[in-house]
Amino acid sequence: MGEAIESILDKYRRDSSQLVSMLQDIQAVHYWLPKEALIEVSEGLDIPLSRVYSVATFFKAFSLVPKGRHQVTICMGTACHVRGSPRILNRVRQLLDIEPGETTSDLKFSLDTVNCLGCCALGPIMVVDGEYNGCVGVGDVPKILESCD
Amino acid sequence: MVNLWIDDHEVKAKEGSTILEVAREKGIHIPTLCYHDAVSSAGACRLCMVEISKNAHSRLVTSCLYPVEEGLVVKTNTERVINLRRVIIELLLARCPNVKVIQDMARELGVEKTEFELEDKDCILCGLCVRVCEEIVGVSAISLVNRGNKREAATPFYEASNSCIGCGSCAYVCPTGCIKVEDVGDKRIIPRWKAEFKLKKCRVCGNYFAPEAQLDYLRRELGLPEEEFEVCPNCRVIDNDVSYEEV
Amino acid sequence: MPRINSPSELEEIRKEIQAKRDPNKPCIAMCAGTGCLALGARKVIESFKEEVKRQGLEGKVDVRENGCPGFCERGTVVVIYPEGICYLGVKSEDAAEVVLSIQEKKVIERLLYVNPSTGEKATYEQEIPFYRNQIRHLIGNNTRIDPRNIDDYLALGGYGALAKALFQRTADEVLEEVKKANLRGRGGGGFPTGKKWETCRNALEKPKYVIVNCDEGDPGAFMDRALTEGNPHSVLEGFIIGAYAIGSHEGYVYIRNEYPLAVENLGIAIEQAEEYGFLGKNILGSGFDFTVRVGRGGGAFVCGESTALMASLEGKVGEPRAKYIHTAEKGLWDKPTNLNNVETWANVPLIINKGADWFGAIGTEGSKGTKIFSLVGKVNNTGLVEVPMGITLRDIIYKIGGGIRGNKKFKAVQTGGPSGGVIPEQFLDAPIDFDELTKLGSMMGSGGMIVMDEDNCMVDIAKYFLSFLEEESCGKCVPCREGVKRMEEILSRISEGRGKEGDIQQLERLATAIAEGALCALGKTAPNPVLTTIKYFREEYEAHIKEKRCPAGVCKELINYFVIDEKCPGCGICVKNCPQGSITFMGKKNPVVLDQSKCTKCGTCFDVCKLGAIEVR
Repeated sequence: MGEAIESILDKYRRDSSQLVSMLQDIQAVHYWLPKEALIEVSEGLDIPLSRVYSVATFFKAFSLVPKGRHQVTICMGTACHVRGSPRILNRVRQLLDIEPGETTSDLKFSLDTVNCLGCCALGPIMVVDGEYNGCVGVGDVPKILESCD
Repeated sequence: MVNLWIDDHEVKAKEGSTILEVAREKGIHIPTLCYHDAVSSAGACRLCMVEISKNAHSRLVTSCLYPVEEGLVVKTNTERVINLRRVIIELLLARCPNVKVIQDMARELGVEKTEFELEDKDCILCGLCVRVCEEIVGVSAISLVNRGNKREAATPFYEASNSCIGCGSCAYVCPTGCIKVEDVGDKRIIPRWKAEFKLKKCRVCGNYFAPEAQLDYLRRELGLPEEEFEVCPNCRVIDNDVSYEEV
Repeated sequence: MPRINSPSELEEIRKEIQAKRDPNKPCIAMCAGTGCLALGARKVIESFKEEVKRQGLEGKVDVRENGCPGFCERGTVVVIYPEGICYLGVKSEDAAEVVLSIQEKKVIERLLYVNPSTGEKATYEQEIPFYRNQIRHLIGNNTRIDPRNIDDYLALGGYGALAKALFQRTADEVLEEVKKANLRGRGGGGFPTGKKWETCRNALEKPKYVIVNCDEGDPGAFMDRALTEGNPHSVLEGFIIGAYAIGSHEGYVYIRNEYPLAVENLGIAIEQAEEYGFLGKNILGSGFDFTVRVGRGGGAFVCGESTALMASLEGKVGEPRAKYIHTAEKGLWDKPTNLNNVETWANVPLIINKGADWFGAIGTEGSKGTKIFSLVGKVNNTGLVEVPMGITLRDIIYKIGGGIRGNKKFKAVQTGGPSGGVIPEQFLDAPIDFDELTKLGSMMGSGGMIVMDEDNCMVDIAKYFLSFLEEESCGKCVPCREGVKRMEEILSRISEGRGKEGDIQQLERLATAIAEGALCALGKTAPNPVLTTIKYFREEYEAHIKEKRCPAGVCKELINYFVIDEKCPGCGICVKNCPQGSITFMGKKNPVVLDQSKCTKCGTCFDVCKLGAIEVR
C-alpha cells in the first residue's frame, strides 16, 4: 500500500490542496480508505491527521469502512424520486438486509445512495459495479442482484 | 477611522474592525456563543446577527464578521433580530436542554420552552475548541468531522490523538463546559478525547502541574533547555538577572 | 498536432481539416453520453462498428461517438449524416439494417419518431417536435462532434471566437461586449456576468483565478454534464476568453465526482487544446498565458456554492463562508476569483462570434439568450431542452415535452432544485425569466425542471427536498443544521399521519428564521420548497394533518393497496414478487387476496401489475 500511496502523492506534486483528488485515487485502489492510508497521507503531505480525517468524513464519496465485492448505488435525485426510487431502495434494503453506507456481512455487496448521477431521463437508476441500469422497476431488482456472483 | 451608528450611538472605529469588536468596546451587548477574541471568528451560531442598513436597504449580518463601514447604521435589537435569536436559542435548547449556558441564554431571550423533540447533546458545535487547538496551540489534535447533523468535534478515528499535548485549552474556551479535564494524582484525563497524560511533578513543591507532553512540546517549540520546565508556575519567581529562581 | 502560433495559422489548419472531410461522406453519429450509455449504448455502438466492417464499408462510412443531444427519453439516439436522418431507440440488433439502409440510401420507417397525436413520422432532426421547438445554440453541436477529437470542434469553426477576442479586441472590449449582452449567470443566481467579471478585473490583488463550476448538484439537472461531456471545447473556449477579459492566468474546472465521463472528456480536451496551443503560454502568439487544471468534487452538494467549492479546491472541507467580502475580491487563496457556471462560460464564444446585439435579440427584457433545461419527471419527452428565455412553461412541458405521461393530470413543476419552488397549473403561462420565476416563489436555478402529476404528493416532495438538504448541509451554522432537521421532522410526522394543529405555523416560523439566519444560499433557500408547497397546496397539507389522508396515494403510512377484483385475472405476478408473502394466489382466473396485516406498503405489487388490478388509496 505504501508504494501506491507515495506514487499518488507524487502524481499531485505533494500539493495538499489536491487532497480530495488524492483521496479519490487512493480509494480507487482499495475501494475504501483504510486508517493507515490516511495516516500515510498526513505524514506524506505534512498536514495534520485531523484535517485529513475531516475531509475524509465530510465528503460522501469516501468510505472509511471496507466495501463489498459488488457496489450497488441507487440514485436518489429528484427525477428518480418522482419516478419511485425510494421503492427501489427499499427492495434492495430488504433483499440485502443492509442500510446505505453498509456492507453485507459476507462482504459481497455494499449499498450506497447518491444524490443525482445526471441520467434523469432514465430514472430510477441502479448502478452495479459501475454499470448503469436505467428505468429499473421493483421487479427487476432481484434479477440484477442475482446476476452478481 | 470610520464613522458609524450602533443603535443610537455614533461611534468612530478603526477600519478593519468588526461590528462586534466595536460594540464590545463601547459596552453595547450582543449575545454570542461561538465567538472568542483569542481566535478567528466563524459566524456559526448566528446569535450575534444584527440588522444593518446602508442606503435604505436593510439586512441581517453576523456582527462577529462584518467589517465596519463609513456611514453604516447598525441596530442590535430590532424585532427581526430578536425573533431570529429566539428561534436559534430554541433550536439549541432542543439540542442541548441540559446545558446551563443555553438554558440561561434562553431565559434571557424570553424563550421558556421548546416544542421540538428533545435531544440530549452537550456540544453546540461552536468550533472554538478546534480553532484554539489549530490557531493558538498549533497542534490541530481535533477537528470537526462528518457533516450536517452528524457533525462533531473529535480526534481522528475517535481515538487518542498523538498530536494532543493535554494542555486543556479546548476546555478553557468551551462555552458549554462539555470538555472535562480531570487531574487525578499524577494523571490528567480528558475523557472526551480519550486522552490520558502523565503529569510533571514540580521539583520544588512536589505538586503535579502540567502534562509532560505539553512541556515537551513547549520545550521543542521555544527551543529552551529542559531545566526551564522542572518548576511549576507557583514556584517560579522572575528576577532581573535570571529567568527563573527557585524559592 | 502542430502548435498554432497565429490566427491565420488557425484558419489554415481549419481549412486543412475541413478539406480532409467529405461533407457527403455518410457518418453514423451515435450518442455516447452517460444517459445513453446507461441504456446500453456501448453495445449498440460496438455492433454498429462491427457491422460497418462486416459490410465492407470501413473508411467509407464513419461511426462517430458524440455527446448527449438531449433526447434522452428515446436513447440510443443515432443521426445519419449528411442527411440528418434521426433514428430513435436504436438497439444492437438494428445495426445491420441501418448500415444497409445507408448503402441503399433508404430510410427505416420503424425507427423514426412518430407524433403520438397525429401519427405523423419525422425523418430529420429538425422535424421532430422535441427539437423543432428548441433553439439549440449551445447543445445543437453535440451530435456533430466527437468530444474526444478537437478537430471536429475546429471543423465547425471552434476557437475562432478566441482568436477574435485575443487579436481583434482588447480585454476591456471583450468585457464590455459581455456586459452589453446582459448575460446572466446560468448556475442559479442569475447575477449579471459582465458585472461579476468587472469586479474581479478591477480588484487590485494578484494573481486572479477563474473557475468553471461543474458541480451541478441540483438533483434532476444534467445540462452541465451534457455540455462538459459532449462539447468540452465550447466551455474551454469561453473560459479562456473570460480569463483574458478578467486578467487571469490560472483556471480551475471543478467537476462533481459523480460525472466520471465529464472528467475524462474534459481532461482529454485540455490536453488536446494544450497541444494546439489554445492553452498554455503565448496562446496563438497573443502573449496571453493561461493554464487550466481539473478539480474533483467528493460528493457534496454544498460544494456547488462558490465559497465551499473554493474551500474544496484548497484541500479543505467544503464549508461556505460569509460573503461580506465578495469572492471577486477575496476568493480562492484569498485572491480575486471569478466563478461561473459551465453554461455561462459556453455562451461566451457565441457572444464574441455573433455580437451582443444578436444575443440580446433572444429572450426577454431582463433575461437574454437561451437556457438549457433538464425536463424530467412525469413528462413524455424527458431530456435536455434548449429554449429562448421568455418561452412559457406550458410550451416547454406540452409542445416540447409532449405533455404528461400516461395522460395523467399535471399537478406542478418544480424549478430551481432544492433552492426553488413548485409552480402550479395556474401559472403555466408564466414566461421563463429570472425575475418572473422568482416572483412566483421559485427561481430559475441551474435549469432542473421536474414535472409532477396527480400521483405525486406535495408533502412528500417537500419532505424529499428537506431530507436532501439535511443530508447535504455542511453543519456549520445553527439555522440550517438544526432548523432544516426540525422542519424535516415536522414533515415526516405529517406524512406519517402524526401531524398536529400548529404544524404549518411552526414550519413557517422556522422557514423565516432559516431564510434570515443561515450562512449560505443552501440554508437560506432551503425553506423554498416547503413554503411554495404550503402556499399552493395547503389543502393537501391539511388533508394529511386533519384527516390523516394522503390524497395522491403516496405517503406509506396513510395508504393501503387493494386488489380490484374485477381487473385481476389471477396471473400471480404480484404473488411471486411480494417480498412479504402478503398476497395469496387463488388459482387462475380468481382474483388474488392481499392480507393488509402483512402488507408493508412497499409498492412492488403496484409496480409489477401491468393490468391496473392493484390500486392505492
